[in-house]
Amino acid sequence: MKAVCWQGVNELTVERVPDPEIQNDQDAIVKVVATTTCGSDLHLLSGHIPEMHAGDVIGHEFLGEIVEVGSGVRRHRPGDRVVVCSVIGCGRCWSCRHDLWSLCENSNPKPGFTDMAWGGSTAGIFGYSHAMGGFRGSHAEFVRVPFADQGTFTVPDGVEDTSALFTSDAAPTGWMGADLGGVKPGDVVAVWGCGAVGQMAARAAMLLGAEQVISIDRFPERLAMTARHVGSEVIDYTTTDVPAELRERTGGRGPDVCIEAVGMEAHSVGPEQVYEQAKHQLGIGLDRPFAVREAVHACRTGGSVFILGVFAGMVDRFPLGAMMNKGLTVRGAQQNGHRYIPMLLDRVAKGELVTSHLATHMMSLDDAPRGYDMFKTKKDGCVRAVFRPDI
Amino acid sequence: MKRVVIGAVSLAGTAAAIARWLATRHRGTAPMKDPKAQRRWLAVTINCLPEDVAPEGRLPEPLAGLDAEVRIAKAPGDRGTELYARPRTPLPIGPSAIMAKLRGDDPRDMVMSALRQVKSLIETGEVLQPDMPSGAMRPAVPGSTRGKVVDMAAVRAAGERRL
Repeated sequence: MKAVCWQGVNELTVERVPDPEIQNDQDAIVKVVATTTCGSDLHLLSGHIPEMHAGDVIGHEFLGEIVEVGSGVRRHRPGDRVVVCSVIGCGRCWSCRHDLWSLCENSNPKPGFTDMAWGGSTAGIFGYSHAMGGFRGSHAEFVRVPFADQGTFTVPDGVEDTSALFTSDAAPTGWMGADLGGVKPGDVVAVWGCGAVGQMAARAAMLLGAEQVISIDRFPERLAMTARHVGSEVIDYTTTDVPAELRERTGGRGPDVCIEAVGMEAHSVGPEQVYEQAKHQLGIGLDRPFAVREAVHACRTGGSVFILGVFAGMVDRFPLGAMMNKGLTVRGAQQNGHRYIPMLLDRVAKGELVTSHLATHMMSLDDAPRGYDMFKTKKDGCVRAVFRPDI
Repeated sequence: MKRVVIGAVSLAGTAAAIARWLATRHRGTAPMKDPKAQRRWLAVTINCLPEDVAPEGRLPEPLAGLDAEVRIAKAPGDRGTELYARPRTPLPIGPSAIMAKLRGDDPRDMVMSALRQVKSLIETGEVLQPDMPSGAMRPAVPGSTRGKVVDMAAVRAAGERRL
């Protein structure tokens, strides 16, 4: 089959690789209908995520049709149109039973890396390095899906592929930021990042009852898209002092909940960008937490900061003093998608959650390297490039 | 003279960078080598009742096949059952220990891997296999030492919490 393979830093190729097979009884094989780029893939591309091998198939946000099931699969059969959660969960360990699916204790067959780096192992993720289990990704014609009864969700009739696709990762990730960030009716919420996850977080905050939602980015087309499709207020951080603006818009308090949807390769207009770039050039580049720092500073006293952007290692100059003295609650997680996907599909079906506008560019699998280039450089207003193997 | 200045500045920059890296790199909380490292119990917590771990006192495979001490305890709260094990056999030392690690037959790694498998079998009924590598896969930097080290680490990444 055809698949998009990581070959090294900023190098992707389309290769012929063997078709996946049922390896465990609870596996299913899914024929990919649509699969999309994600901001967290850019960390793989740029070499920030450890344990990638040349030839690894990338991609983790996808939708398709089940074509084969193992003998232990009960809830699905060939022909089902399903969206697949990017995180793999067994559904039976303590973490899964407590809806902490991204901490599944049985879905990462290579837990040594994360055990060593983070002091605990986490769930497997499709196409996200050998540290996350070494599972092949979704930018391919077929994908093996372990624990298929848990991680595949039938798409309701009437919901288009392009709308359902984003309930695989972007929408549940955004929803989790608002939900676990503790958004409640009447809150003011600020979201750093107007990519797909940031837009979904802003929309989730509104649906959970936030009275005012403010989105922050620097790309005019993304700010305009967020204002138009999500309905939040927007701030361009390249022309505005964000903490001052947030104070002014919130009676001097600051937002009740701050959601960071940017990640380890954040950009800044301040001198710290030069400092972080210098570290990167010297090969001592730690994760760049510009947005996290700003969120901690901007958050109201006693508020909550949720980190949705992916970080892999260490950060320096983290404002621990602000966090401690302001009495903030800081949380983060990879997405616990299984907890939210059925509800999100319902909301998409009812028209409460609009996602299809995120697919700004539709192309074939053969065009994936070009799609990633557009996505990385934000060329032509690219928010998400979606690849369809049938094109 | 100009070369000397450039050299000195580069050296100072490198030294500063190394110092900074040393200051910010991951440090474990242990201030010294753990004197109990070889005898510490390895453990997993299984989401089930204690009687489901060893029905009628029979230890589950693959743990039963290893020469290991085993103990079972109820976990606090709703967390299930704690299953502990450690090898009875004397552990290899010096170069033999390194070779055992590299070969993947370090006794503690084997016990830890067995514990993980027992947990997975009891909780899910299977031990999840990673995808078979695609034919084209190779270390990211072909022929590099780092790639080979990563390959070796990947082979035994289900072992104890150290590589």
